[in-house]
Amino acid sequence: MQFHLDQRSGLPMYLQIVQQVKEALRLGLLDVGDQLPTVREVVASTAINPNTVAKAYRELERDGLVSGTPGRGTFITDTLVADSLQHHDTLRRDLLAWLEQAQRAGMDEEDILAVVSRTLQDVLGRRVA
Amino acid sequence: MTAVLDAAGLGKRHRRRWALRDCTLRIPEQTIVGLTGPNSSGKSTLLGLAVGLLSPDEGTIAAPPIADIGYVAQDAPLYRSFSVGEMLDFARSTNARWDQGLALELLGSRSLDTKVSALSPGERARLALALALGKRPVLLLLDEPLAALDRLAGREFLQVAMDGIAQTGAAAVIATRVVTDIERVCDRIALLCDGNVKLEGPVEELLAHHRLLTGARRPLGRIRGVEEIIRERHSGRMLTLLVRTNGPIVDPTWSVDEIGLEDLLLAYMAPEELPTPQPPDPWRLRWHG
Repeated sequence: MQFHLDQRSGLPMYLQIVQQVKEALRLGLLDVGDQLPTVREVVASTAINPNTVAKAYRELERDGLVSGTPGRGTFITDTLVADSLQHHDTLRRDLLAWLEQAQRAGMDEEDILAVVSRTLQDVLGRRVA
Repeated sequence: MTAVLDAAGLGKRHRRRWALRDCTLRIPEQTIVGLTGPNSSGKSTLLGLAVGLLSPDEGTIAAPPIADIGYVAQDAPLYRSFSVGEMLDFARSTNARWDQGLALELLGSRSLDTKVSALSPGERARLALALALGKRPVLLLLDEPLAALDRLAGREFLQVAMDGIAQTGAAAVIATRVVTDIERVCDRIALLCDGNVKLEGPVEELLAHHRLLTGARRPLGRIRGVEEIIRERHSGRMLTLLVRTNGPIVDPTWSVDEIGLEDLLLAYMAPEELPTPQPPDPWRLRWHG
């Protein structure tokens, strides 16, 4: 993994590293067991202070996302891929079944969308109230 | 945290002028400190005192023994008739604890037979750095290391410096007039003005505790969240304040902005109010015809 650090972004360097790791975790680009670049590798490629990298890794460790072993490296221990993503397949299959049922009942696209958005509003509205 | 360098009430005279006066500064171990300030604000004098090239006229400075300090003076003075390899041999013979492997690694691919005089400024700086870090110092002192380098060579120098610091765990003081050059590598910043420390602290904290307030010109009373007004500037009916904060600023009549490190340091260097343009005096105009 390569970090892209922008001095003028206004965000402290260590937070930029933390964010980029989290982003990669969310996108599934990093997974449990993957190794983050060593402090030396980051320092040599970005010309930032080793303390900054160490601070970022400590922060990630505090968040329970990585675990560092001196001399071995820092490894990903958790994922940030949204829980819902893991259920996407099942949910999609259920929805497909429901849509087929709706079609059999003679509903067209607009009818279906109306039912979905109405139901969605009910559900979300209830949650807000 | 233990300090590797501890200056207390330090003073040094150059002839009749005080180059450094009542200077107090602690450099914690494994910390990279940017030492900045205008020309002849005392940066090089402070480094000279730390290495023991100068002795104080006042106060005290506690520093590691010279064998534990890697010092790269301005313009990286080296023996021009030596080859790179001879410089390394010389360093090895004069340092009890010498890490040839580390020095070679930091040096990169340059052939050891090259004469120092044939090196580019960037390569020369890199050699000086490798010589300083090959000692495996606990404290690395760099005096204006980027002044003679172009941006690319400067960036490469910092990469090598950070790599060496990562491997040795040294603390570092980097003296520079141009803070933007080293902002990305510093844990802390110390600003020297007229021979003493005007502002010092972790970069993030300094930035977090200062804000620019802009609003309509008005008589200034206490503003909630403001600990001290550092600089006050008027332009027409507008008023801009640079303040040190001690809490959130909630007064909606001020618009609140963050400030960058360079602007912050400049404000501390020249905090006095700029003269407000005066309306032309009709009397004087008439007098001068």
